Amino acid sequence: MRFFEDIAVGDRAEIGRHTFTAEEIKAFAARFDPQPFHLDEGAAAHSLFGALCASGWHTACLWMRLAVEHRRREDAERRARGEPVAALGVSPGFRDLRWPNPVYVGDTVTYATEVLELRPSASRPVWGIMTARNTGTNQRGEPVLLFISSAFVERRQNGGPSS
Amino acid sequence: MALFPRLLNVIGNHSLLGPDIAVPQRHWEDFTPGSVFESEPRRVTREEIIEFAAAFDPQPMHLDEEAARASMLGSLAASGWHSCCLLMRMLSDGFLSETRFMGAPGIEEVRWLKPLRPGESIRARATVLESRPSRSRPELGFVKFLFELVDSSGACLMTLTVSPMFARRTAADASRDGASG
Repeated sequence: MRFFEDIAVGDRAEIGRHTFTAEEIKAFAARFDPQPFHLDEGAAAHSLFGALCASGWHTACLWMRLAVEHRRREDAERRARGEPVAALGVSPGFRDLRWPNPVYVGDTVTYATEVLELRPSASRPVWGIMTARNTGTNQRGEPVLLFISSAFVERRQNGGPSS
Repeated sequence: MALFPRLLNVIGNHSLLGPDIAVPQRHWEDFTPGSVFESEPRRVTREEIIEFAAAFDPQPMHLDEEAARASMLGSLAASGWHSCCLLMRMLSDGFLSETRFMGAPGIEEVRWLKPLRPGESIRARATVLESRPSRSRPELGFVKFLFELVDSSGACLMTLTVSPMFARRTAADASRDGASG
């Protein structure tokens, strides 16, 4: 992770892609979102979706996993260059999450994140708050996931005015 | 008995939403602002917190006690996405299974207020905020909810605001309400 002061509004990264299989769609749904159109091809064929599709939570959770893996790769590169790595704090939440299109079996979703806003934390001077627009797009270029997240990012040692 | 043929008609149109179609279920018309529903408690184990994190949110603070102590969380706690998924499952098992739930196009807001720790017993609470018919699909209506994940002391760990869709009772009701709204 870069330090809060080194991040700029508009910074964008493609964090990874994932192809959804029938097995994992059903396994996730059985665990967390047991709706017939996420569990069974036959029921899904007669539903609004027309075919088996992933739980929206599944689509969103893959964003999280790929974001963590992307950050881990970036941190490894920074360490290899001898640069310090900033800590990422917790997230206070997210808003405006939409699932504009279903994710069907075999779809490959490409996930990305773009920095929308940066502000210092009023109550915690060692942290800044980064707001980002996150997306998932299928292989036909259709959006399948959109949301606005926020997270605490570590500031440089002195905090305060940026260098 | 007068309700029964109407109920059957709706079930006939949405017969693939659930196996328990013999049970009369809540439709869009049955949600009144201010109504509150609460789930049974569910205990969350350390094992499931770590298993979820390994699959979907492999940050050390969700995987390892030592790392969690050095993090903002102070000790091991579940991924916020895990809390969302647990809420979805608790609602699916209880509250939603007794409704004509038709999914949700998105989530308005989620706030992670307090960490969910291993061993905690949580309940889901649903409060109806408002309801409106769908303009484009007269057979459906939206109900805006505040969902809360509450711990055993009554503290709220997470809030989730969402407007899922529910089937309306009959097409005749839908066209009449649509004309007046």
